Amino acid sequence: MTLAWIVLLPFLGALLPGLLIRAGRDACALTTGAVTLTALILLLVQAPAVFAGEVLQVRWEWLPALGLNVTFFLDGLGFFFAGLILFIGLLIITYARYYLAKEDPMGQFYAYLLLFQGAMVGIVLSDNVLLLLIFWELTSLSSFLLIGYWKHLPEGRQGARMALAVTGMGGLSMIAGMLILGSIVGSYDLTVILQHGEEIKASPLYIPALLLILGGCFTKSAQFPFHFWLPHAMAAPAPVSAYLHSATMVKAGIFLMARMWPVLAGTDAWFYIVATTGLVTMVVGAWIALFKDDLKGLLAHSTVSHLGLVTMLFGFGTPMAAIAGVFHILNHATFKCALFMTAGIVDHETGTRDAKRLGGLAALMPITATIATLAAFSMAGIPPFNGFISKEMMLHEAALTPWAGNPWILPALATLGAVFSVAYSFRYVFHVFFGPQRDDYPHHPHDPPAGMYLPPALLVVLVIVIGLLPGIVAQPLVTVVSGAVTGAPLPDFYLALWHGFNLALGMSAIAVFVGIFLLLRHAAFNRLRLALPRPEAKTMFDATVNGLAAFSNLVIDGLHNGSLRRYMAFFIATTLVVGTAAFAGGEHLAGTRGMTEAPFVPVLGWLLLIGACISIVFFHRNRLLTLVLVGVIGLIVSIAFVYLSAPDLALTQISVEVVTVILLLLALNFLPKETPRESSVSRRARDGLLAGLSGLGIGSLIFMVMTRDFSSISDFHLAESKPGGGGTNVVNVILVDFRGFDTFGEIIVLGIAALAIYALIDGALHGPAAKRLNSWIPDQERAQDRHPLMMVVATRVMLPLSLLVGIYIFLRGHNEPGGGFIAGLVVAIAFLMQYMASGFGWAERRMRIDYHAMIAWGVLIAGLTGVGAWLASRPFLTSDFTYVKLPILEEFELATAMSFDVGVFLTVVGSVMLALANLSRLARRTEEPVSAEPMDFSPVPDDEAGSSGDASKAGVAAKESV
Amino acid sequence: MEFLVASGVGSVTAAGVYLVLRGRTFPVIVGLALLSYAVNLFLFATGRLVIDQPPVITDGVTSYTDPLPQALVLTAIVISFGMTAVVVVLALRAYLEAGSDAVDTNVDAEPEDAGDGRPAGGGGASA
Repeated sequence: MTLAWIVLLPFLGALLPGLLIRAGRDACALTTGAVTLTALILLLVQAPAVFAGEVLQVRWEWLPALGLNVTFFLDGLGFFFAGLILFIGLLIITYARYYLAKEDPMGQFYAYLLLFQGAMVGIVLSDNVLLLLIFWELTSLSSFLLIGYWKHLPEGRQGARMALAVTGMGGLSMIAGMLILGSIVGSYDLTVILQHGEEIKASPLYIPALLLILGGCFTKSAQFPFHFWLPHAMAAPAPVSAYLHSATMVKAGIFLMARMWPVLAGTDAWFYIVATTGLVTMVVGAWIALFKDDLKGLLAHSTVSHLGLVTMLFGFGTPMAAIAGVFHILNHATFKCALFMTAGIVDHETGTRDAKRLGGLAALMPITATIATLAAFSMAGIPPFNGFISKEMMLHEAALTPWAGNPWILPALATLGAVFSVAYSFRYVFHVFFGPQRDDYPHHPHDPPAGMYLPPALLVVLVIVIGLLPGIVAQPLVTVVSGAVTGAPLPDFYLALWHGFNLALGMSAIAVFVGIFLLLRHAAFNRLRLALPRPEAKTMFDATVNGLAAFSNLVIDGLHNGSLRRYMAFFIATTLVVGTAAFAGGEHLAGTRGMTEAPFVPVLGWLLLIGACISIVFFHRNRLLTLVLVGVIGLIVSIAFVYLSAPDLALTQISVEVVTVILLLLALNFLPKETPRESSVSRRARDGLLAGLSGLGIGSLIFMVMTRDFSSISDFHLAESKPGGGGTNVVNVILVDFRGFDTFGEIIVLGIAALAIYALIDGALHGPAAKRLNSWIPDQERAQDRHPLMMVVATRVMLPLSLLVGIYIFLRGHNEPGGGFIAGLVVAIAFLMQYMASGFGWAERRMRIDYHAMIAWGVLIAGLTGVGAWLASRPFLTSDFTYVKLPILEEFELATAMSFDVGVFLTVVGSVMLALANLSRLARRTEEPVSAEPMDFSPVPDDEAGSSGDASKAGVAAKESV
Repeated sequence: MEFLVASGVGSVTAAGVYLVLRGRTFPVIVGLALLSYAVNLFLFATGRLVIDQPPVITDGVTSYTDPLPQALVLTAIVISFGMTAVVVVLALRAYLEAGSDAVDTNVDAEPEDAGDGRPAGGGGASA
């Protein structure tokens, strides 16, 4: 549990800085520090167990079906890295408090930093490779935010993008590699994978997995040729560089190589890929660093070089080399982080980090100079600092390792790397802090506040203490970490400053002398460098990215140029292609199920349907005719439902048909009545082809389905309908009972659709649409008698009748065809008839029903019916029923499903009426006045109507204001 | 009968697809409505065609048609109405705002001359 808290604390804590920045910068920094400190203490509490060799584990199942579980484990390696991340994080938080300017949003900075910290700790403590990959990607994302923190700097944004692109692609490669590993072993748990080293190395997939995983490690740890993103990421604020690029993010790749060492290392492939890459990176990085004038650029390339060194050591694949690698990770973190901080201080206090404009700062900022000098000497590998010891160990291992049978290549190149390393380290010291003082610093330099120099000072103390007393301070930690890396007993080793006169010492001495010579002849060597071809990584990267973007644009423009028709055509064509592919892969023959007969009348209906379909295609430009044809098709579909044993569907279809046609007619009132002929012949031919193929495909598909036998789960519904649901109409029982949750969702959708219509129309009553409506000129002649006498009278008579029919259909729904859906539609149509006969305005004043509330009540009643089942301690929407006998009436049944059906009924009526009533609001906005009378020409003489006649004239004259 | 239903579903689909590919909103809406007929019929037909055996439990009757596709299609019909209503109002609002019922901004242009910056083609009454 504690392990999970160590990972979770930074994530949870990331919420705090943004809130507490209101309480001031100190409060913000203190809170952030407290979060990290708590996590660090929780980690340190585990130290005794870790040093005793225990492996702590915690595990929750998350998605066990995918092999993804939340599992953390803590061994020496995880402890070491988590400690580095949290401890250095604490120093960085302190340093950043003083480094960030007043106008920098500090809350944001600390929030990003904690996110990053959490992701890093997650990587090093994950016991599931999939979980590890999630954290891995999180570090890429959060480091993107940190590197691009100064959003106003184009270099910052570009650097952040480049870092994200390179490390993100590496992450993808790593995902593939990890999945391969998981499939070889059969588990995604790291602890399990680590025990199957032999199996993995023997697998034919070992090389692909190795290459893919190394792709992730090398990009993250900036190994050649992916090293180019790291220097560009230096546009970040110094605390970010110090944190990400010395101790944490770039070490994630190293960490993973260490973690996977037992399963991947020790083969020839591993040696030649990893050790060679490391060696090349070490030499190239150091060479470039030597000539960088930007202090952070120099440190960035030196980081690349040192990461190469560690990579090479792990590449050797021997336990002693792994020990040296682990030790150098520790040492590098201490001196490099201190150096980045001093570079930040120099930049902060002098206003520049260009080595050419600096020099002689030692007297002006003595504390910074001391810290920087000590740390740089450690980086150069000068005794008695810690960098010396691990560099000696590296040279010693290199001297022992032949490369392709040649014993000289590795030691010679390693020494060359060391030479450059000495030269650039000394350059950092002598060209910045020593030499003559200048009088043209951008700002007057002086030492920074204690909060900025104490963190690097503390690190330098560690540099010295580890250097002087490695056996006491570092030995136990390095032992337990290296043991975790190799996963096997270690050879005897003893960390000491003095190893006697040996080959490594000689190589070190050569490195120091040649390095000093190089620095003295710096200008001459710089001319040599400028004469050599230097590929510019950023240009190449930009060209690649631009090329990819241009290609993507080409594809997108070809597929989807903003024309929805073209998009639709591609969509349908793709569906056809996919369908054809599936068709080609399966059986093509029709089934053998016996077919039903086709008597004369259905054939007649079929002819009508086909005729309507053909006509609608040819006459679709006449929109009124189109609506008539839609009506024909709908009617035939309804009749087909009756004929094919689906009375409920037929009732629903026919009532929906009425409502739909009324709706389309109302809309057509405002739309053009004709569709212009504007498609070219080739376009029409193409569409015709697509349509024909679609029809053919769908038709044959359903034909094949219908001619095959099948088994259905419906026997259960048929058997349980009466005893379990209390109704004999199985379709209705399924709707309100077996699949009531479905229906509940669907009435909510219907209600939302109605509300969306309301919102769309309400918006049309303002803005340009309203202007168009106010000056509307009808494009068709209007009927003189808009509310005819016959219709008014007939609908009045029909209203109670149709309401009665609605109630009847509703009540019988549970046992006979009918139910809430159909009853709702029937009642809505009954209301609509009144609206049609006398106009919406007239009818609305007499039927004051709030349809919004009706929808809400419908959904609420249905929901509460479902909740009612909880009172009986049963699941949501469980129904119950009983038989009641009232006097006069027959015995009848009362089911909770009926109350649910009431909800359905109310929602349907409310939705339909809301949609249509709102369309009428548009109409009233145009030219049509609200009738005060139910009909335009009343048979009642004017003098009998009395005063209402005047009112009617006034009403006709007044335009309704909405 | 199976052939009649299958060819009917196919024809309605074909007409729907053709109309959906038109350049004005109204035919597209009608096309969508036709497609929903076709889909509903399709789903219904997966329960196979049975005549005179409605799924209403009656004493003495042992054989019924499959009620499940019917229940699914019933709600689908109502939802299709909701969808058609929203789309038609959407088209109406777009027409009122823009003064054109064209699906694409460049109605007359074939895709080859897309992006020539021609203003939207107008149709019907405008303010």
